[in-house]
Amino acid sequence: MNKDDIKLSASSVNLWFGNKQVLKNINVSFPKNQITALIGPSGCGKSTLLRCFNRMHDLSPDARIEGKFLLEQQDLYENDLSVTQVRSRIGMVFQKANPFPKSIYENINYGLKINDVPKEKRQSIIENALKESYIWEEVKDEMQKPATRLSGGQQQRLCIARAVSLRPEVILMDEPCSALDPLSTLKIEELIVKLKKDYTIIIVTHNMQQAQRVADKTVFMYLGEIIEEGDTKTLFSDPKNDLTANYVKGHFG
Amino acid sequence: MIKKLTSVIEWSTLLLSTGIVCLFLIIILWDLISKGAPSLSWEFVSTLPREGMTKGGILPAIIGTVLLTMITALVAVPFGISCAIYLNEYASDNWVTRLIRASIRNLAGVPSIIYGLFGLALFVQGLQMGTSLLSAGFTLGLLSLPYIIITTEEALRRIPASTREAALAVGATQFESIVDVVLPSALPGILTGVVLTLSRAAGETAPILFTGVAFYINNPSGFINQEFMSLPYHLYMLSTQHQAIEEVRPLAYGTALVLIIVVFLLNLTAFYIRYKHSKNE
Repeated sequence: MNKDDIKLSASSVNLWFGNKQVLKNINVSFPKNQITALIGPSGCGKSTLLRCFNRMHDLSPDARIEGKFLLEQQDLYENDLSVTQVRSRIGMVFQKANPFPKSIYENINYGLKINDVPKEKRQSIIENALKESYIWEEVKDEMQKPATRLSGGQQQRLCIARAVSLRPEVILMDEPCSALDPLSTLKIEELIVKLKKDYTIIIVTHNMQQAQRVADKTVFMYLGEIIEEGDTKTLFSDPKNDLTANYVKGHFG
Repeated sequence: MIKKLTSVIEWSTLLLSTGIVCLFLIIILWDLISKGAPSLSWEFVSTLPREGMTKGGILPAIIGTVLLTMITALVAVPFGISCAIYLNEYASDNWVTRLIRASIRNLAGVPSIIYGLFGLALFVQGLQMGTSLLSAGFTLGLLSLPYIIITTEEALRRIPASTREAALAVGATQFESIVDVVLPSALPGILTGVVLTLSRAAGETAPILFTGVAFYINNPSGFINQEFMSLPYHLYMLSTQHQAIEEVRPLAYGTALVLIIVVFLLNLTAFYIRYKHSKNE
C-alpha cells in the first residue's frame, strides 16, 4: 500500500487493563476513504483497539497503553494535542444507539456548540448532517421531538449524523448494527458505504456477512493479536491462517 | 392441588401485608384530618399564637420551618451533589474512596440527637453563632448531607457509560459531559433524593432542640441570627409540655396537619418535575 493512502495507523501497540494484557504487539494501518472491518470472537480486543484511536481509554485509570497511533503524520497521543482535538477529527458511533436525552435538533447542535461552531452556521450544518445520514426526510418536521422516541434504527442514524456533523476525517463504528433489526441494519450498511467517499471508516463487527457486504479491507483478531489482514474478498475466500479459516467458516466465535 | 394452595397462601400473605400497611396509613391520615381539619382556618395559618398558645395561629412556626428547610437545602444540596459527582465520576476506586463512602454511609445512620449535640458544640458555641435559625439550619444541613450524597450517587450510577461516552466522543470535556448530559438525565433521581431528605429534615425535632428552636417568639419574622419556632417542635410542645394539654389538643392536631401539608407540597413539586421530565424522554 502506498504511504499516502494510509489514513490511520497503529504500530507496536500493547495495552493492559490492570495486569491483563488485552492487546499484543498490534501493527495495523487503515487506508484512506475505505471501509476496514475488524472481526474476531468476543473479547479478542477489537473494540479496545478501536477505542484507542479516539482516546476513549483516557478516563479508565487502569488502562496502560504503549505504542504509536498516527492520524496521517499526527501522533494522536502527543502531549500538547488535546483529546478534544483528536475527537473532532475522529468521530465515533457506538454499539447501542446513544442519543442524548434531548431533542433531535439538540442532539446535533450540542456537538457543534461545544466545538465552538458559530450559531449562524449551525442550522445548515445540522440539516446537511441529517441529509447525509438519510434521516432528514423522517425527522425534518419534528426536530424538537425527544430523540429517545425515535426507533432504534433512526436513533443510530441520528448518532451517525451527530458524528458526521463535526466533519471528522475518520469514523469509528463499534458494532453499530448489533442491536438493530435486519431492515434497519440494511439501511445503516447502505449509509456506511455511501459515507466512505468522504470519510475513512473502521467498523467492528460480529457479523461476517456484514463485513463482506461493506468492508474493503478486513482485519481478523484473536486473543489480542492480529492474526491476518487483507483485502476482504481474499481473506474470506482464501484465508492463509487456519484460525482465520475456522472463524470465517463459523467453526468458532 | 398442593401447589395451587401454596400459591394462594403466598399471594394472600403478600396482599395482607400490603393491606395492613395501607390500613395504618389510612388510620393515621383519617385521625389527623378528622381532628385537625376543624382547627384549620386562614387565621390559624396567618396569625401569631395568643393567650399562652391556647388561641391564635401558628404563623411563626410555619415561617420557621420553611426558612429552616431552605437553609438546610442551601447547605446540603450543593455540597451533597458536588460530593456525589466527585465520588462517582472522578474519584478512582481505591481504599481512600472506599473509606470515604463507608464513612458517609455510617453518617447516615447516626441518630439525629447526636447531630443536635454536635451542632450545639460546633455552631452554637464553637463558631459563636448562638442558638439561631442559622445554627439549626447548618445542623440539619449536616444531617441531610449523607442522604443527599448517597441518593445522588445512586442516581448517577444508573446513567449508562454509553451516555457519557456519547458526549465525550463529540469532543466534550469530562466536566461538560457531566453538566450537559449526565446531570440532566439523573435529575429525576437526584430530585427524589433531595425532596425525601428535605421533607425528613423539615420534620426533625432533635437536631434543632439545642441549636435554635424556641418555645415561643412574639414576632412572625425569622431572622437568621435569632431563635425561631418550628412546626415539629411546636407540635411536640403542644402535645406534651403545655400546661393545658387538653385545651390545646385541637391546635396540636391542626399543627400536625399543616406539617403534613407542607411536606406534601414539597413532594408534589418533585413529582411535577419528574412528570415533566418523563414527558421529554
